[in-house]
Amino acid sequence: MEWIRDHLWWIPVLPLLAAGVSALLPRGWRRMSAGLAIGSLAAALVLSVLALGVSLGLSGMGSVNPAAVNFRWLDAGLGVVRLGWVLDPLGACMLVMVSLVGLLIFSYSVGYMAEDENFTRFFCFLALFAGAMLGLVMANSLLLLFACWELVGLASYLLIGFWYQKPEAAAAARKAFITTRIGDVAFFLGLVWWYAESGTVLFYDTGAGCLEPRALDLLSGRTTILGMATATGVALLLFVGAIGKSGQVPLHVWLPDAMEGPTPVSALIHAATMVAAGVFLVARVYPLMALGGGDGPSAALQAVTWVGAVTAVFAATVAVAQTDIKRVLAYSTVSQLGFMMLGLGTGGVAVGMFHLLTHAFFKALLFLGAGSVIHGVGGEQDIRRMGGLRRWMPVTFATYAIGMMALAGVPVVFSGFWSKDEILHAAHAWPVSQVPFCLALAGALLTAFYMTRQMAYVFFGAHRGAGKGEPAHPPHESPRLMTVPLGVLAAGAVGLGFLGTPAWPGLESYWTGRPAEFDPGRLLAPEAVSLMLLSAVVVAVGMGLGWWLYGRRPITQATEPDRFAQRFPATFRLWQRKYGVDEFYAATVVRAHGLLARWGDWVDRWIWGGLVLAAGLLAVGAAWVSRFLDEWGVNLGFDRGCGGLRLGGWRLALFQDGRVQGYLRALAMGVVLLVLLLTWGTR
Amino acid sequence: MNDGVPILTAMTLTPWIGGCLLVGLGARHRSLARGVGLGVSLITLALGFLAWAGFDPGEGGMQWVERHSWIPGLGVEYVVGVDGLGLAMVALTVLLVPMALLVSWTLTERVPLYFGLVLWLEAGLIGTFTALNFFHWFLFWELCLIPAFFLIRLWGGPDRGSAATQFFVYTMAGSVALLLAFLALFLATGTFDFGRLAELGGRGGWAARFEENLDWGGVSGSTLARLVFLGAFLGFAVKVPVMPFHTWLPSAYAEAPTGTTMLLTGAMSKMGVYGILRILIPLFGAEARALLAPLLWLAVAGGVIAAATAFAQRDLKRMFAYSSVNHLAYCLLGIFAAVGAGGEAGRLDPERSMALGGVVVQMFNHGITAAALFAFVAFLEQRSGGRRGIEDFGGLRRRVPVFCGLMGAAVFASLGLPGLSGFVGEFMIFKGSFALEPAAAATAALGLLLTAVFLLTFLHRVFHGPLNPRWAGMADLGGRELLAVVPAMALMLVIGVVPQALLGVLKATVTRWVGDWGP
Repeated sequence: MEWIRDHLWWIPVLPLLAAGVSALLPRGWRRMSAGLAIGSLAAALVLSVLALGVSLGLSGMGSVNPAAVNFRWLDAGLGVVRLGWVLDPLGACMLVMVSLVGLLIFSYSVGYMAEDENFTRFFCFLALFAGAMLGLVMANSLLLLFACWELVGLASYLLIGFWYQKPEAAAAARKAFITTRIGDVAFFLGLVWWYAESGTVLFYDTGAGCLEPRALDLLSGRTTILGMATATGVALLLFVGAIGKSGQVPLHVWLPDAMEGPTPVSALIHAATMVAAGVFLVARVYPLMALGGGDGPSAALQAVTWVGAVTAVFAATVAVAQTDIKRVLAYSTVSQLGFMMLGLGTGGVAVGMFHLLTHAFFKALLFLGAGSVIHGVGGEQDIRRMGGLRRWMPVTFATYAIGMMALAGVPVVFSGFWSKDEILHAAHAWPVSQVPFCLALAGALLTAFYMTRQMAYVFFGAHRGAGKGEPAHPPHESPRLMTVPLGVLAAGAVGLGFLGTPAWPGLESYWTGRPAEFDPGRLLAPEAVSLMLLSAVVVAVGMGLGWWLYGRRPITQATEPDRFAQRFPATFRLWQRKYGVDEFYAATVVRAHGLLARWGDWVDRWIWGGLVLAAGLLAVGAAWVSRFLDEWGVNLGFDRGCGGLRLGGWRLALFQDGRVQGYLRALAMGVVLLVLLLTWGTR
Repeated sequence: MNDGVPILTAMTLTPWIGGCLLVGLGARHRSLARGVGLGVSLITLALGFLAWAGFDPGEGGMQWVERHSWIPGLGVEYVVGVDGLGLAMVALTVLLVPMALLVSWTLTERVPLYFGLVLWLEAGLIGTFTALNFFHWFLFWELCLIPAFFLIRLWGGPDRGSAATQFFVYTMAGSVALLLAFLALFLATGTFDFGRLAELGGRGGWAARFEENLDWGGVSGSTLARLVFLGAFLGFAVKVPVMPFHTWLPSAYAEAPTGTTMLLTGAMSKMGVYGILRILIPLFGAEARALLAPLLWLAVAGGVIAAATAFAQRDLKRMFAYSSVNHLAYCLLGIFAAVGAGGEAGRLDPERSMALGGVVVQMFNHGITAAALFAFVAFLEQRSGGRRGIEDFGGLRRRVPVFCGLMGAAVFASLGLPGLSGFVGEFMIFKGSFALEPAAAATAALGLLLTAVFLLTFLHRVFHGPLNPRWAGMADLGGRELLAVVPAMALMLVIGVVPQALLGVLKATVTRWVGDWGP
């Protein structure tokens, strides 16, 4: 207990060190780089499992002080900033999930990226990604969490833009960083605001932490502008950060573009790391989110609920009309993240986090399966040019089908059913409104529908790739290095659900600190049964519709128009264009920013620059005036004086030119003059 | 105690003498000049290490103090000394000069003169950062201007003439305002000593003393005090620069030879903020507080507009120049926020200490980061025959991965990525000033976003995308170039992870400021 608590920091530091070392490795040291990344993450997994084992013995969140270790990071004299790490159930299970899913993705990448020339760099970035995420999960300080949060953003920027020569990839990387940065700035403001109010951003600090009752009580009484509770203001700012990171509407635009990265990166971003960070943040600061609001849910939690519910449906509709295998999955991630937020908003930490964990497994499975498909058909990503692949890729097909059914929420066997059921249950019981519940049902229906559509396009029907029917280069199954992780993830996608069934709510009790009892009676409670039935019917309808449209009659031509589009062309076009959100942003925010930039430049050049120019001209003018005065006033007089003197001198010099006859003449004239004067004067 | 040991004077004199030697050297002794120049700057760096090592971090006042009588009739003494702020700035200067010289290594025209002028500039900077009497402080302040002017005028880009003149005229105008302000102070008090002046006027303001001692045609003491304050502020604002006194900066940075730009942005732009911390606030605390709201918003608006304007620049040096304006605006935000508040029985003192500590950390970090960024631009120029438009490149990462990796790290340090140095200063400033001036801090945070936009756009245009075939033969960084930037990069990482390495020498000074600068 003591040992693992004091050495928990090794979990993120090991992968970060691996990243640091492999950043310095020459390009050719491929095995070394991959070995470092995988080895460090495996060690982190071992430590995480130990930590999880210890944390099972701890009581749940909020009941007692979790095992936290804090230290002084900087000291500016009177102001001190401390950081720390914490071992609690919420973090421990995330640690295990991140390192386990990460490890599977890493080993899969060895196969997937085998031909890439920057293989060494790839594993460096992967290790950085995993290390930053692990640090985020175990941070006991909002500041440390924010620091790791930014590093996660950096790693995703590097990995999305890994194929930087592709213009789309480079643009997508920049878009991802900037869009999430919008959220990050809000997060940062929330952080400093909370810091100013509470005097600390350590979560747990033996009673003095900002998530502990004393600080929360202090905060709950304060109000800010427009009469809003300060706690709500802080919570909303933090939630904007989560919106950016977890791809919620309206900051979701970067997530589908992030598909430009290599597929293992998409799996990592969508399952274990990047997007999970936002949901985790809301779960971590849940006591703050829940503050205020009297008997009902707080204003912040209502915002979380509504954003989540809208996102769940919005993204699901867009997913229906996509033709890129990874984009369908990307929008499904956005939609599922909406479900998680909805679960957090209505049901609390256990509900949202349960879906986060199950989703991590089946979404990683789906992405790695999609990668296997892309690998097998030679880089093709358009589902219209696939088809019939179940014949060539049986393992991929089987595991993908498991992932698809888990995502769609097929009852009883698959984990997605149980975690989604918890969310529906919580949404149904929400006292404020039933609209989020209805939206969630619609989202579930659409999810089942678009996943069936995708399955039909990819694995059923005729093969529509190059060389129809029996292609010249037939699609092939991926190597073992890639299929084994698929199998492990598939097992997780099935098994994980049983940790959170109503009969044995193991995870929930672990998080809330209540002892879990096995009670099959709860499974048969009328309300639970009716909701489960409803959810099962919704899934069946969605899958049935999907099969009826796309599977019943096999798709034979790649050029064949989408069958949904044939029936509802306008709706399909709107969804295909993603409601035009990207175009809307380009026309407003991006444009406004460009205008501001040009305005600033113009003001500098012409207004301030003009003033300086005017001042300069004024100075030059003054100089001219002064020169004029000098030349025509002072100088002229001086010059004239000088000229007069010179002339006088010259004239005087004439008298002394050394010609004797001249002197004599002058003398004679002088004498004559003198005589005349004397005679004139004396008369 | 370390007082009386003339290490600071030695640090000023060493580059000064080195500069004199080099300027006297014939133009053909290129390699000799380079060797001597670098050697002298390294000796100064070693002296800087000694000064750092012998500095007592627990003491917040001046250390390494030397005091000699000079012109007693005018109250002029030769007094030098450093506190945490001075030490950090001296350390920054001595670190940057060898770096700038290494970056200028490939220069071929009048090498001895160039290296000599850079050493003179270093002497001027160290003199400015250590002087404690207005008389020789101002001498050094002006002395920095002359080598900088000639460096721009003689080795600059095609538009160097007007850039150098604008630079000179602008800073000269600021200097004149500053000089007049100090003459007024001298007439009222009879001293030029910063410490004495701070004791006389710092807390109570100057109005009463001016009323008593100056009779300037019926102008009231309070008007006069305000005018004098504004004059001094203008002198520093031009140097920082604060918008709208900044228009000399983009063209000066762009036209100066890039090694010089590194010193202009790395060290000389710190003179302005240094002056505000060392002189303006201690001497004019009361006057500053009276005008706080406009000053604060001037800084904030300027910072945000500069970050936006950077996006419109096509010349990389101009872009990074605007980025400097933005980063230094955060320093002013921190200072003005910390000066304004502070009542309420010291409840906010931790926040003020955080903001002021952050200001100095930001000054140091910006010096390192901005200098590194300009060094990279210089390397780019040396490879592209002087081209440095944002559209001139594309896809360079394929040819020069090490270059791209290191410059990328400097860019992320500049945009405040946690784990690198830039974040520490910005976090401290924002943490402190949000508690003191929430509206201003929240507005300034917009700059954090805009900075990311133009910096990532820069990385995108220059390094990513398909390789521009024109640069298919570009070479990656060589040994000398790595030597110039790697120490700076290492510092960025160390300060980012262990900020106490820098804050250790600052905290006693900051604590003292918080105590002294109360209303």
